[in-house]
Amino acid sequence: MTATVPATAALALGDDALVLSHRLGEWAGHAPVLEEEVALANIALDLLGQARVLLSMTGDEDELAYLREERAFRNLQLVEQPNGDFAHTIARQLYFSTYQHLLYAELAAQEGPFQPLAGKAVKEVAYHRDHAEQWTLRLGDGTGLSHDRMSRACDALWRFTGEMFQPIPGVDIDWAALETSWLASVTDVLGRATLTVPEGPRTGAWAAGAGRQGLHTESFGRMLAEMQHLHRSHPGASW
Amino acid sequence: MTHTDWPLWEVFVRSRRGLSHTHAGSLHAPDAELALRNARDLYTRRGEGVSIWVVPATAVTASSPDEKDPFFEPSADKPYRHPTFYEIPEGVKHL
Repeated sequence: MTATVPATAALALGDDALVLSHRLGEWAGHAPVLEEEVALANIALDLLGQARVLLSMTGDEDELAYLREERAFRNLQLVEQPNGDFAHTIARQLYFSTYQHLLYAELAAQEGPFQPLAGKAVKEVAYHRDHAEQWTLRLGDGTGLSHDRMSRACDALWRFTGEMFQPIPGVDIDWAALETSWLASVTDVLGRATLTVPEGPRTGAWAAGAGRQGLHTESFGRMLAEMQHLHRSHPGASW
Repeated sequence: MTHTDWPLWEVFVRSRRGLSHTHAGSLHAPDAELALRNARDLYTRRGEGVSIWVVPATAVTASSPDEKDPFFEPSADKPYRHPTFYEIPEGVKHL
């Protein structure tokens, strides 16, 4: 089956993976322990691999990654949020990996342009999800300090989670069911981690729903400048 | 980078079914579950393994270098203990 690739969907999914990969890569040299640094870098590389496949479906991967302006990126605002402390990184990963795992499982089960990628990536993402869940449990149900920090991180990122379930044109799945499954899973993990499910709106907040339309949060421009700097300074450079 | 609180774990990886677990290295982790995951990330990401064991390093009792001679020296001059007089049939890999 050679279905035409829905460019909007390939960009949205590809940018999610690319941007989160870059954020996780920022931990290199800064992670709390060496073992965890390798774990985060592994996840970042998995995501980068997915991004390359997805972006190549709709154009030249380097051009798309390095030469687009901020407003042309279609990633969720969640994935561009700064790393913050380790708890913020884990909360972001928990929210996103749970979503991505459920989404890729759906895509892997139906014929379409994303089936080959999703079928392969769903196993990687299952591990990302497990990694985030394991850490959420330990930070939430750890010391008073780790509990407070994890709780703060879950609250802070909550308002970016509604955007994940805005249907992406060209991705033909039951989005409402995806959201229900996501909420059930996250509620379960937070409960086991002795954390409370954050209150507050997940959709309709001023910041939600904008990343897919090219509207991004303040820190994204800075991240992009760093990510694109080398390629823009030395076009076509190779080693 | 400080992780003085985290215990050390020894990692054993079985590279294929039918082979035994082999010591691959060691790592720090707060508990056994995370030690397994760290081991997966550190020692098996290039397809090196099908099974991992992690063991607290404190649970390993090691022979002392000072005891090297009484432990190992006596076996050096007893060639009859070594199966060197057999011919190994062709095609047997793991003998």
